[in-house]
Amino acid sequence: MDWLYILMPIAGVSIFWPGLIILGIGVGIIGGFFGMGGAWMVTPGLNILGFPMAFAIGTDIAHMAGKSLISTMRHGKFGNVDYKLGLIMLVGTIVGFEAGAQMVMWLERLGNVEKVVRWIYLLLLTFIAWMVFHDVRRRLQKERAALAAGTKFDPLETGIEWHKTLQNIKIPPMIHLPVAGIYCSAWLPISVSFFTGWLAGILGIGGGLIRMPALIYLIGCPTHIAVGTDLFEVMISGLYGAGTYTYKGRTELVAALIMLIGAAIGAQIGAVATKYIKGYGIRVAFGITVIGCGVSIVLKMAQAWVPEYGRFLDVSATVLILGLVSCMSLYIFVKMVQGARRELAMKRGL
Amino acid sequence: MKKHRAGPLRLAVACLAMLLPASALAAGDGGAAPLVLVADTRQLTGIMAWWANLYNESHVYFTILTVVLIPTVGVIFGVVADFVMHWIGIDLTSRELAEH
Repeated sequence: MDWLYILMPIAGVSIFWPGLIILGIGVGIIGGFFGMGGAWMVTPGLNILGFPMAFAIGTDIAHMAGKSLISTMRHGKFGNVDYKLGLIMLVGTIVGFEAGAQMVMWLERLGNVEKVVRWIYLLLLTFIAWMVFHDVRRRLQKERAALAAGTKFDPLETGIEWHKTLQNIKIPPMIHLPVAGIYCSAWLPISVSFFTGWLAGILGIGGGLIRMPALIYLIGCPTHIAVGTDLFEVMISGLYGAGTYTYKGRTELVAALIMLIGAAIGAQIGAVATKYIKGYGIRVAFGITVIGCGVSIVLKMAQAWVPEYGRFLDVSATVLILGLVSCMSLYIFVKMVQGARRELAMKRGL
Repeated sequence: MKKHRAGPLRLAVACLAMLLPASALAAGDGGAAPLVLVADTRQLTGIMAWWANLYNESHVYFTILTVVLIPTVGVIFGVVADFVMHWIGIDLTSRELAEH
């Protein structure tokens, strides 16, 4: 079975290459659907496959840049990308990312960076999951109230409305973002992107996990526009991150290219699926995925607390994360096929 | 009433922010992640050996080639997938915005 393993030229470790392709397909689907690189699954996934954590981060960012490019091309054709917003946010993202990447190098000199990264991951995932489901609950309450009052519920209504408060802070220069339908201070997307870029640099992710909900809840983008614009951002910041990490000797291009084979197929499926699923459907699926990812990180961390169950917890975390990627990918794939079949049937009926 | 609820939350956030560097220090077990300064090419042949040698000779060329190769491969895969989707018959140019 040696042919199933490939020796990575830089990291010097033998990796089960079909695992890289499977991981690529799954994360490609999820990334194209949620508008993110999916590093929060790939980094632990690569780590599980045998990469040292620092290499897992760099390799993941490298593959993410290519995959996000494919997804952005697709979302751009749907009109889901606000390029103006994306370019404005780029400034903050790059500065923030470099600050975060430098911080990781500093943390490595201090000691074990893996534990710190996992703790930050966990806090962040908990907050995002809470935010998503709080938003969904608030929207349901509004829908019920509209039903009780006998009024028509506006489908564009949202649960959390933090973006309205933030958009009312009118510090010049003000900008109009026609694709997203937003009028706000230029400092809003710049500051949000700096913060999300900084976190992305620390966690070794493209930033989609944080920026996608930030675009929705802080800037006020419709879900589909947030997905497309975020992928545009992930693509550029991922490319920049790939350059930074590669120069620091933390990227394994061979693994990134193998993953890209799977990710190219998955990204297309995920991006096309957004055509057939409503905005809040995407948000709920996103929240469930975030919870699953959080639980898997807790299981990994628990190995240090109860070492006698270490092996069991390690296997459980692996099964959970791979199961999560598989189930969510399957759900998105089925929805895409159903939607495409409906569309093709309608075309034939016309 | 709101002030009473926001106070502890702000305090908790401030404490977390202050504790972050401390957690980094506490997490340290003295061993930093190993850096690969020179890739081991002894077991490699062909393109893999060339790639590892490029890494050993120049990180700059290695980085430039990586950053060029990734989007190039991405565009190639994207165009191929575009062709396949178009052949299936899926409309890839429009989407109805039904919900925020």
